[in-house]
Amino acid sequence: MAVVERAKIYEGTRIPSPIPTVLQVDPKLREEGDILRVNFGPNHPSTHGVLRLVVDLNGEHVEGLAAVIGYLHTGFEKSMEQKSYWKAITYPARIDYVSFQMNELVFVLAIEKLLEIEVPPKATWMRMLMSELTRLHSHLIWLGTSALEIGAISMLWYTFRERDAVLDLFEMVTGVRMHTRYFQAGGLAEDIPPGFAAECARFCDLMEKGIDDYETILDRNAIWLERTRGIGLLSAEDAIALGQSGPVLRASGVDWDLRKAAPYLAYDQVDFDVPVYPNGDVYDRYRVRMEEMRQSVRIVRQALEAMPDGPWIADDRKVVLPPRHELHTSMESLIHHFKLVTEGYLVPEGEVYVATESARGEMGCYLVSDGGSKPWRVKFRAPSFVALEATATCMRDALIADLIAIVGSLDSVMGEVDR
Amino acid sequence: MSYGAVPGFVAEKEAYGETTVVVERERLLEAARWFRDEAGFDFLADVAAADYLGWGGKGVAGYWGHRNGRDINAPGSWGLPRTPEAKPNRFSVSYHLLAIRQGAPRVRLQVWCDDGDAVPSVVPVWPTADWHEREAWDLMGIRFEGHPNLLRILLEDDWEGHPLRKDYPIGGEPVRFSGEE
Repeated sequence: MAVVERAKIYEGTRIPSPIPTVLQVDPKLREEGDILRVNFGPNHPSTHGVLRLVVDLNGEHVEGLAAVIGYLHTGFEKSMEQKSYWKAITYPARIDYVSFQMNELVFVLAIEKLLEIEVPPKATWMRMLMSELTRLHSHLIWLGTSALEIGAISMLWYTFRERDAVLDLFEMVTGVRMHTRYFQAGGLAEDIPPGFAAECARFCDLMEKGIDDYETILDRNAIWLERTRGIGLLSAEDAIALGQSGPVLRASGVDWDLRKAAPYLAYDQVDFDVPVYPNGDVYDRYRVRMEEMRQSVRIVRQALEAMPDGPWIADDRKVVLPPRHELHTSMESLIHHFKLVTEGYLVPEGEVYVATESARGEMGCYLVSDGGSKPWRVKFRAPSFVALEATATCMRDALIADLIAIVGSLDSVMGEVDR
Repeated sequence: MSYGAVPGFVAEKEAYGETTVVVERERLLEAARWFRDEAGFDFLADVAAADYLGWGGKGVAGYWGHRNGRDINAPGSWGLPRTPEAKPNRFSVSYHLLAIRQGAPRVRLQVWCDDGDAVPSVVPVWPTADWHEREAWDLMGIRFEGHPNLLRILLEDDWEGHPLRKDYPIGGEPVRFSGEE
């Protein structure tokens, strides 16, 4: 993947020094005494959770900025060390409550990498389909809330209409609308229900029409353009140095998508494009996400078309729960069921790092196992956490009114930032 | 690709299709520069610290309401297949590197340290390490030498202890407001 047409927005790097994540006020300005320090958050409707930004203002200009996080720290990683693997699968979904399936996926992929278990193709394709639905879900929430914050209130009602349709699909497949715990080590928890393909195809039509609607509302909306163009600039070099990934990186002109660069699941067997925009501003991040939604619909359609038949979970009784009906007739199945539920399965010793392209960028999972049934150490590489590191760089020369647009465009979910 | 030329090279390990390169803690900065400039790993994905206290032995983390703590890693009746490989020090710090180019090569750069040892900060090499290192300091108590702003990040500034360590009990957070105060 070559870097296409690197953005030439400004000369040199804008990453603050010496602390890359803190924009410090020029001491001369501070001496003049016109600096006003304002706390933005932690409880503010446009912080997507509880984020606190300490902003130093000179009139309307942002001169200093430091992000303070941790208000939503829940200790997921520590809790997961106390749970057997198959219980711990419930945790990652709750870390990022907006793209829950993808977090589940990365943890399950990490377990499977250590187990070296073969996943049946139906499960692989269904995982990909569900991941793309989650990407749509995440981008819809992002679009609705970000537009709401900049004043386009009606967007929220439109995007939540489609978002509800995604949740209806999740409910149909998994029985719950959020935090589905549908992915198991070895495959899926349940077979795909009958009638899902038709419902999902209907949703694809609805979604495509929905994206047209959003673009009609926003693409030529003078206020939207005014508030997003040329704001929150991040060059390609700065984005890579700050570890940005996903839509933020692609909006800075870097053609980088793990689905293409290091394909997992069945992404090498479907056709889709990676949208790349060169300007690195809020508007381009919006454009990248809109294009990504169209591509996700494309992938969902292809996955529906190509969905293979066969088992949905691996046939490995040391890892996978036996089928329910066998419990009444087979002693061995009952024993396996009991052992798997009480003790869990043993995962071979080792350390792995698995990265996937989540809705927000590179979602990674570092998993260390000592050979027992509980993870020794789990560490999530949260793309939201890293995205917030770029606030100081993006906020250079910004006005206080742009702050909300910029923080929104980085698309951080605080649950994932604080874990 | 062989990594024998990395400054401070200690060992190279291949497992599960991933490469781990262990380097000397003191020469981490040199090694990091080598990876970025010579090998082209321009993207630092993650900094992950792990605590191996009690590795291969009985679990040490406590559990709700038990005076002696609960044995969280007791081998089940299936038994552990084997005793896990011994680790050189208590803590490992892993830097997951990625090269933004065709093939998306990844490598894990790893250093080992004990409680109180200082690990050189890689913020000058990859600015993104700023928050990752603060998180490792906050939750695992790894001290990064040369970090420009090594403060707690997820917990309050006056928090005691580092909760992701294995000797930090579950439910061990201090009670802020109790009836006695």
